[in-house]
Amino acid sequence: MPTITLKPYKTPELMLECYNITPDVFAGKKPEEIAELEIREGKTRVKLGDFFEASGSSGMTAAETDIHIAGDCTRVKYIGNKMTAGSITVDGNADMYVGGWMKGGKIHVKGNVHSFCGIAMEGGEILVDGNAENYVGCAYRGDWRGMRGGTIRIKGNAGNDIGTFMLGGTIIIENNAFIHVSTHAEGGTVIIKGDVQGRVGGQMVKGDIYVFGNIQYMLPGFKQVDKVEKEVDGEKATFLHYIGDLGERHPKSKGKEIYANLYVKA
Amino acid sequence: MPKLITQVGCPYCGSSCDDLEVLVSDDGKKILETHNACVIGNEIFHHVSSPSRPKKPRMRQPDGTMKEISYDEAVDFTAKTLLKSKKPLIYGFGSTNCEGMSAVARVAEKAGAVLDNCASICHGPSFLAIFDNGYPSCTLGEVKNRADVVVFWGCNPMHAHPRHTSRYSIFPRGFFTTKGQMQRTIICVDPRETDTAKLADMHLMIKQGHDYDLFDAFRTVLRGHPIPEEVAGIKREKIEEAAEAMKKARFCMIFFGMGCCHTDGRNHNIDIAISTTRDLNTYTKASIMAMRGHYNIAGPGQVWSWQFGFPYCLDLSKGTHAHMNPGETSSIDLAMRDEVDCFVNVGTDAGAHFPIAAIKHLKKHPFITVDPNICMASEISDLHIPVRVVGVEEPGVVYRMDNVPIQFKKVIDGPEGVPSDEELFDMVYKRMCELTQTEPFWILAKGHAQASTPTEH
Repeated sequence: MPTITLKPYKTPELMLECYNITPDVFAGKKPEEIAELEIREGKTRVKLGDFFEASGSSGMTAAETDIHIAGDCTRVKYIGNKMTAGSITVDGNADMYVGGWMKGGKIHVKGNVHSFCGIAMEGGEILVDGNAENYVGCAYRGDWRGMRGGTIRIKGNAGNDIGTFMLGGTIIIENNAFIHVSTHAEGGTVIIKGDVQGRVGGQMVKGDIYVFGNIQYMLPGFKQVDKVEKEVDGEKATFLHYIGDLGERHPKSKGKEIYANLYVKA
Repeated sequence: MPKLITQVGCPYCGSSCDDLEVLVSDDGKKILETHNACVIGNEIFHHVSSPSRPKKPRMRQPDGTMKEISYDEAVDFTAKTLLKSKKPLIYGFGSTNCEGMSAVARVAEKAGAVLDNCASICHGPSFLAIFDNGYPSCTLGEVKNRADVVVFWGCNPMHAHPRHTSRYSIFPRGFFTTKGQMQRTIICVDPRETDTAKLADMHLMIKQGHDYDLFDAFRTVLRGHPIPEEVAGIKREKIEEAAEAMKKARFCMIFFGMGCCHTDGRNHNIDIAISTTRDLNTYTKASIMAMRGHYNIAGPGQVWSWQFGFPYCLDLSKGTHAHMNPGETSSIDLAMRDEVDCFVNVGTDAGAHFPIAAIKHLKKHPFITVDPNICMASEISDLHIPVRVVGVEEPGVVYRMDNVPIQFKKVIDGPEGVPSDEELFDMVYKRMCELTQTEPFWILAKGHAQASTPTEH
């Protein structure tokens, strides 16, 4: 696949807002045109070329375009914002909003990401080799329609607010998480391979959560109903099956209330 | 003859008492006595005549000392610094009037700044919960006249809002609450035995940081499901008893404070409190209210929502639209992540309230304080601009904690030559327009509006 390589050569004083680093914008552009694209540092308008060295070639469409950022993006926000296809690889860390409002394609961050990774995501795939801060796959403030589709896999730890107001899609945290998993969720699946401190599934209406580790503080609104054997993310295990949040409203199907499911490894 | 001014508003806490009486000397320059105010309110009125109060802007010199400069120089420095910065942060507004907040917002818009208020470190999480889940609230008048079960969750009005309990929530006799305190059941949820908890009929001594769990237990009980034997350090029977008291109320009122919105989970604690209020409305009338801290801290939420669509954490640096996402555009996060390169502190004391690490980051760049008094922020600033004290020397509109607007009065004249917040920021706005050679159209619009409407109150 034709690849555009961006090599960061200067650290910004503040944070860079790069809404333009997506295969959708890069498709059909030459490296010199890409270097001319506008990015923001505070209220000042700067060029992508002021901070990155662009080389390589892009495809005709987003789906045929691969972006390789050969360096650290600790101070770069909005990588892969609203992208629909193609792929992005970041060799280092990335700041906030990685894959925010993403509809398709693939993002691979080899370092850590900051908060709001995959905010209001609709499709595609995000893979983070390091840790994520808070709000993985959450909704935008005040929106009751959170993540709708796609997959987010964090190989390290994650903070709080994972999958808030989630409607669909899958989030996998391969290590520990802090608090608030699938709060207000009405669908989707969250898999946590490590421990969670608490507030798992608070105000949850529908959807599934799998926890392989320990939940330190279980919410009083969850009740154990069963013990089941399941294969989750390629791993077979026995889980205690809880339903909840019993304090929240729940829709009815064929006269029976539908609850959210929480599976904790026995 | 000293003059007694009645129905004076108190510029202290979120109760915004408007029944104070102030005795002013013959010449209208000195406050002799205040009646009806709490100790803190009383102190604010007497503080204005303190001889140590600064009356001129002070600029930090290369040797570290502060030198008095003129207001024109201070305005020029502020305007130039704001224009030069890539992303200035203008924060504060706990203690000023809505007119000042509106003027500052125009400066922020011109400067491409981030505009934030004390809610950011106070009831900001409550705002987020309100965005997510609505706000089934009422006015304090309704509380006084109707509430027979009052819950204080993570707040201590006996100390933070001294007259709240006597004017609205525990003691007063209202239209349907003719027996006052005798008729009210007070429930206090607090990990400590505060003075409010001592007054309560029921004190749920919650394990610190487990507010969400306890709310979830209340909701589960209200829907008729069983709960574990103990939740958040409180026995099942006690939770059921409290839930029953709330259900049986004719009007249940929940007041929440920092103890609820600043423990782990923050906005989610308030979010589930709002859900609990909604659940309670299946059985009775229930309502919820944030115990806002300052007399006009509800003001910026009102003014800026009207101007820009968001109450706080407004990033106006985009030039085309306002962007708001606390966690990114909130003052502490901006400071800690080195995302701003100029700080203007207005009518609050960021020096005392911010974490030291945040202040250290902010101090790398120009630091300006606009405040009537010497405070910690003013003493570390590069420039300190004193202004008149709202509610004492300057009238204006303020919003009480229940979002009711109240016209505050001025009782004495301010020190000569010292402007109000509104006047000062209008001067900064005009200077910025001069420097950028643009039309000061907000000033023109304001002049036009004032000419066409009577201003007498």
